[in-house]
Amino acid sequence: MPQDRDLIEQIVKRYDGDTGMLIPMMQDLQSECGYLPAEHLRYLSGRLKVPMSRLYAVATFYSSFRLAPKGAHEVTLCMGTVCYLKGAPKISETICREFHVEPGGTTRDGLFTLQAVNCVGACAVAPVMLVDGKYYDSVTPASALEILYELATDKATAEKEAEI
Amino acid sequence: MTGLGNTRLSSFADLERMREELFSRRAPSTKSVHVCTGPGCAAKGSPKLYELFCAAVKQAGADVEVQAKAVGCHGLCEYGPIVLIQPGNIFYQRVEEPDVAEIFRETVLGGRVVERLLYENPATGEKADTVDKIPFYKAQKRIALAYNGLIDPTSIEDYIVAGGYTALPKVLNGMAPEEIITEVERSGLRGRGGGGFPTARKWRSCREAEGFPKYVICNGDEGDPGAFMDRAIMEGNPHSVIEGMLIGAYAIGSEQGYIYVRNEYPLSVERLNEAIEQAKDLGLLGKNILGSSFSFDIRINRGGGAFVCGESTALMASLEGRPGEPRAKYIHTVESGLRGKPTNLNNVETWANIPQIIKHGGEWFAGIGTEKSKGTKVFSLVGNVVNTGLVEVPMGITLRRIIDEIGGGIPDGKRFKAVQTGGPSGGCIPTEHLDARVDFDELTKLGSMMGSGGMIVMDEDTCMVKVAKYFTDFLQKESCGKCTPCREGLSQMLYILDRITDGEGQVGDIEELEILADLLEGTALCALGKTAANPVISTIRYFRDEYDAHILDRHCPAKECRGLFRYEIDPEACKSCGICLKNCPADAITGDKKVPYVINQEKCTLCGTCWEKCPFTAVLKV
Repeated sequence: MPQDRDLIEQIVKRYDGDTGMLIPMMQDLQSECGYLPAEHLRYLSGRLKVPMSRLYAVATFYSSFRLAPKGAHEVTLCMGTVCYLKGAPKISETICREFHVEPGGTTRDGLFTLQAVNCVGACAVAPVMLVDGKYYDSVTPASALEILYELATDKATAEKEAEI
Repeated sequence: MTGLGNTRLSSFADLERMREELFSRRAPSTKSVHVCTGPGCAAKGSPKLYELFCAAVKQAGADVEVQAKAVGCHGLCEYGPIVLIQPGNIFYQRVEEPDVAEIFRETVLGGRVVERLLYENPATGEKADTVDKIPFYKAQKRIALAYNGLIDPTSIEDYIVAGGYTALPKVLNGMAPEEIITEVERSGLRGRGGGGFPTARKWRSCREAEGFPKYVICNGDEGDPGAFMDRAIMEGNPHSVIEGMLIGAYAIGSEQGYIYVRNEYPLSVERLNEAIEQAKDLGLLGKNILGSSFSFDIRINRGGGAFVCGESTALMASLEGRPGEPRAKYIHTVESGLRGKPTNLNNVETWANIPQIIKHGGEWFAGIGTEKSKGTKVFSLVGNVVNTGLVEVPMGITLRRIIDEIGGGIPDGKRFKAVQTGGPSGGCIPTEHLDARVDFDELTKLGSMMGSGGMIVMDEDTCMVKVAKYFTDFLQKESCGKCTPCREGLSQMLYILDRITDGEGQVGDIEELEILADLLEGTALCALGKTAANPVISTIRYFRDEYDAHILDRHCPAKECRGLFRYEIDPEACKSCGICLKNCPADAITGDKKVPYVINQEKCTLCGTCWEKCPFTAVLKV
């Protein structure tokens, strides 16, 4: 935390301590830490003289904020109208069943966090899934699992290499 | 900036000098390869193609003048990745990595067309060697998307050479703010975000409102699922939005602008940031723009993933660092908006239209479209349609022409069922109204709305009750919870719809839905709540028989709702291969060699595995 105090100070300075820029500050904090740790929020609240309740109100209102750490990879499944009509619910079901994870949750081994979002704006090539920002088009339940298993294999190989 | 240095332009003459110099430096012999990097093509690997083309250009040496450009969305996403070669306007579709070398050798260097990569009209089998011969583009008219696919969105020079930033000096150098507003009024431009409010009237109210500072906001929180028009503009031509905002700010008397971009569009933020920096470096943003007394700055805010923030007052609350909850609008935002100051908010597409209107005159714009809806509208044409993609059409075109002529009809020989416009606030339009014209008022009359431009085509296999349920579920989750009708009403509606699609619907459910919808429309706080029942009401209006079939016959006519149809094996199509039997998790299939297989309905759990696995499509939904 002590070194993170500097980070928060930096972020606050970036926006001249303007409390109206609370959301960008929290976004920056999240992109640095991967989520919003409670003690960081407490420090930010004291620093800006904005009650903690308001920070929590913001953090829980906007779906992109996370209060728990995320997995090693970020898997985003589009649930927009077209993706939905073209079978996204089935993809979601398959992933959840196979990896024992809920939308919004992280797998037990911390491999990935699954996010279901409203629309990623690539409707013409639906259904769409993103892994760490990379788009996959015309996804099927089978191809989604294949992509995710590849992440697991990559992880295993990386671990093995680290051992050697 | 290449070559010209970071010179700040301090007068109108400076800008013109720069434009002329850029023109003269671009030899007419220069060939260019335009690789589409819009969301559709990018998902299919176009960034890699761009890299390969860049490498090929480098290898070709300095004596061949070729440039490779990564450009914004071309529109015909279905056939991506798309590569366009200039001069000649040669259009290559579904380009893959191994094709790069051939395109470069044959077309760029040799001037010959690579036949197999051309678009082929599926109806006639005719090949189209240039863009304008493709039916998808023929019926379109591009104003907001005019430069999309032509210019490199990361280069302000490209925008200037194409004719960008000509409207700005025109207004700063001789148009009074009131004149600008009159010009926009003459154009008849109405807000492209969904409401369709006359833009000029909004500007005038904001200009006349008391209070300072005044703010202008660009709403880039494209929240409607199934829509990506604004994204294409922000990522394909960010300077058009900035120029539009500059002109609006000058007319209204504002010095600070905001662009609110949704969190799911990181590339839009990047492109806009880059564009703002470039404009600042040239002195097109900042203090004393082009040496005039007008100063204006723009800041970008990212959304947090809340649909309701597309509503103007909620968006402003979000810009103030609060949860995005709308407020009642008995005092308009043009009088008291962001931080209680006069604020003018327009959508991305509206802003992008402004420079063109100023450049060509309001009358030119008003010459396109219908009596009350002028100009063009960008739609994202998606769903069960052959040519999915981004289209810009003149107002007044019929839905049928968009779907059949531009969209190429419904794939796989299926029949058209409905087209959904207006996102979660809109409705479904059935076959009998396909000849309706694209017009704000006409679509509203049909129980749908223009909305921001999502156009989702559905074929006969789509269950309309399920569609209504999807939108209600979406809105119920996204309801901010401030007002009771929206928070509780939508939950109740979803509960009833769930019951119906589960086969437990009761007589009277439809009437109950109608009562709730009426209540929502009359009492919800914001526009999103007031229109939230539209998907349900419009499907009841046009597809009541489907609701009845679910409730009375416990049957889903589109055979989508699990439990409301059965699987059966067609004895004539069955080849007794045994694949279904092997895959059935419930052991519900029996059969033997040379005898058609049978599904035991009592054991069947309706999982659909046999239907998916059968290689002869002998498993039927009945």
